[in-house]
Amino acid sequence: MPADELIRHGQHVMTVCNACRYCEQYCPVFPAMERRLTFATADLAYLANLCHNCGECLYACQYAPPHEFGIDVPRTLAKIRVRSYEDYCWPRFLAAAFRRNNLLTGFGLAAGMIALMFAATLVVNGGNLPRPVGAGDFYAVVPHDVMIALFGGVFLFAIAALWIGTRRFWRDIEGAAAPARDVNALVRALRDVLALRHLHGSGEDCTSAEETRTPWRRWLHHCTFYGFLSCFASTSVAAVYHMVFGWQAPYAYTSLPVILGTAGGAGLLVGSAGLLTARRRRDPSLGDPAQDGLDQSFIALLFLAAFTGLLLLVLRERAVMSALLIVHLGVVLALFLTLPYGKFVHGIYRTAALVKYARESLTV
Amino acid sequence: MRAVNDEQELYDVAVLGGGNAGLCAALTAREAGASVVVLESAPRHYRGGNSRHTRNLRCMHAGPSHLLTESYAEDEFFSDLLRVTGHNTDEVLARLVIRGSAGCPDWMRRFGVRFQSSLRGTLHLARTNAFFLGGGKALMNSYYAAAERLGIRVMYDTEVVGLDVDDGCFRAATALVGGQSVSVRARAAVIAAGGFESNLEWLREVWGEAADNFIIRGTPYNKGKLLRLMLDAGAQSVGDAHECHAVAVDARAPKFDGGIVTRLDCVSLGIVVNTHGERFYDEGEDFWPKRYAIWGSLVARQPDQIAFSIVDAKAVGKFMPSVFPPIAADSIRELAILLGLPPDGLEATVARFNAAVRPCRFDHSVLDDCRTDGLTPEKTHWAQRIDSPPFWGYPLRPGITFTYLGLKVDEHAQVLMDGGGTARNIYAAGEVMAGNILRKGYIAGVGMTIGTVFGRLAGEEAARHASR
Repeated sequence: MPADELIRHGQHVMTVCNACRYCEQYCPVFPAMERRLTFATADLAYLANLCHNCGECLYACQYAPPHEFGIDVPRTLAKIRVRSYEDYCWPRFLAAAFRRNNLLTGFGLAAGMIALMFAATLVVNGGNLPRPVGAGDFYAVVPHDVMIALFGGVFLFAIAALWIGTRRFWRDIEGAAAPARDVNALVRALRDVLALRHLHGSGEDCTSAEETRTPWRRWLHHCTFYGFLSCFASTSVAAVYHMVFGWQAPYAYTSLPVILGTAGGAGLLVGSAGLLTARRRRDPSLGDPAQDGLDQSFIALLFLAAFTGLLLLVLRERAVMSALLIVHLGVVLALFLTLPYGKFVHGIYRTAALVKYARESLTV
Repeated sequence: MRAVNDEQELYDVAVLGGGNAGLCAALTAREAGASVVVLESAPRHYRGGNSRHTRNLRCMHAGPSHLLTESYAEDEFFSDLLRVTGHNTDEVLARLVIRGSAGCPDWMRRFGVRFQSSLRGTLHLARTNAFFLGGGKALMNSYYAAAERLGIRVMYDTEVVGLDVDDGCFRAATALVGGQSVSVRARAAVIAAGGFESNLEWLREVWGEAADNFIIRGTPYNKGKLLRLMLDAGAQSVGDAHECHAVAVDARAPKFDGGIVTRLDCVSLGIVVNTHGERFYDEGEDFWPKRYAIWGSLVARQPDQIAFSIVDAKAVGKFMPSVFPPIAADSIRELAILLGLPPDGLEATVARFNAAVRPCRFDHSVLDDCRTDGLTPEKTHWAQRIDSPPFWGYPLRPGITFTYLGLKVDEHAQVLMDGGGTARNIYAAGEVMAGNILRKGYIAGVGMTIGTVFGRLAGEEAARHASR
């Protein structure tokens, strides 16, 4: 990250904050800041990813704009956060994707994937969409091996990209000689992540405007996060069913993969729709408006994936299933392709920052 | 002034000034059933007077809680007050404030005020002072939100320029709102508009040209207009107009509103010289609270009201970081040139100082045995040679926190008039009457205690008067 205007502003902000310290009990950003006297680019990347954007410190700040010091911690850290995603991104040339990721490109990619899959299916099947004999026979539309190869490949790529990016971030903020093997720190960080502890600063809810605290953002995030995990678990269980036991889809409505998938899909649907609405009601000065597209794109793809998945479940015995399956798979493919270059990465980087924070706090 | 728009409404209570004391008065009066208007001279963003720069409130308490550790009894609080004021206080009012402080945190919480937990308290004040979560601006945000919920009318950008007071009886205040003159009538008034520390003309009247070099740490809106209007209307004053509380701040601080981040505390780790490059006071006399309270006026008495704190590499990391970078150089001579000091003079001062430092064991946490021998003035603690580059210099100016001149009040917060009577329906709270309790000196957080206790008292009494 070059020491440009954004970094210089970040250093100015943290220098003022460090001389003031009134906000020190809101969240981990300020105690972490107090351990430092100067703020190199990597320090700012760490602090920016510790910030959960609860917003309290903006309203409490005696130096917030229009004061000549112009201290706007939530917005400045939001900007530095995205910059850190770009800087640690792998492969590097895809860093630009963070700036171009928005509703249009997200939907465009999904539409492209859907079109591609339709085309491939039509070509393979002599110009017709296959009509499965057995109700809900997904593999008659897209063969199992094709699914495994396609999604397995994309999934492995996403994992690799995320892993390399996170490792670069970790090395930059913690130094190469510091592996994250401290069990206590890992447990504490994981607990903070799973409970979103710092999204309700000091035990209260997240702010959406001055003196307006609501629990919604946290609950909607929980719906989304656990919904995502549940869908992931559903797919994993289904993979085990198929590969270990040879049980083929479709599974019964009362089977574990379908229950997990349905619950996860419902969570994603409610969570993502709610988050999209909640962010529009939030005071814009709490964030970086330039990142609206980045946020919306990821949340909207989650919503679409959940929506098409649930629709597929309901309509899996109808003729429309073939088309729906292709649409759903296209959306999921687009979602996975954009995982390492979209809002998803915030969870990974924040977890890493919280691990470092836990290590720092525990070593005192 | 173009037109006079008389407000039709006759309020029960008009609160003049929208800081901590004013809001405490307004909320109390409103809860007692009064109709309340608050006139705040600042725009919404800068509301809250100097309270927006505060952080805590000194609080008597019988035992540990999640806010405060151990206990802090009335007599200990009172003797702390006697010590800093040199017994220059009104015992009845002081004890009223101290006893009232015990109930403050619970009362404040009712209006959404949040506190830090004492477990991670700072500045070694966890026993005596309750810290507002997020500081004074967050506190004021909570109070203003509560005022809105309760139906208190708040007028921002509304500067009171005239009072209709007849024989100690308030009828109306004339205020400027967007260039228009407005008259606000009420059955009772609470004066809570602070001191005159940001009125540059008034400061010049008192301190002469030296005042031009003072930095005002807080709000630019404390112009002392209401203090002056009340004194002109025959109110009794308390406190010396020549007394102000000043600390040493970084000379690069903004003229107003620099708040907490401009204070500098590396004085004890090195030497302080004036514009001639000469030392003028024992930098190692005492710990932070005492040091903090005296260095403002020490600098104010130096030529051009400026001084320079000089430390070497040994001081790095031993003091709270300043918001401004140090002016750094590899030699004393070079530093003198950068600071605009006579190079020969500064070199000679440092050489004399270094030669006078005795061998010792440096310990910044106690009054250690590191002292000079044979210097005028001596440095009595924490004296170490200034010999390890880089050398750092910080320019210092007097930073005024508040003025002591105020309105004399009785134990009902009622303003006393010349001749001994009380104003019929005028009450005062906060910095404008803090001089009753604190005629000089300061202890952390007592300003907010006075504002909260007297604000509540003034609100209660004003509402009671209005309902009669």
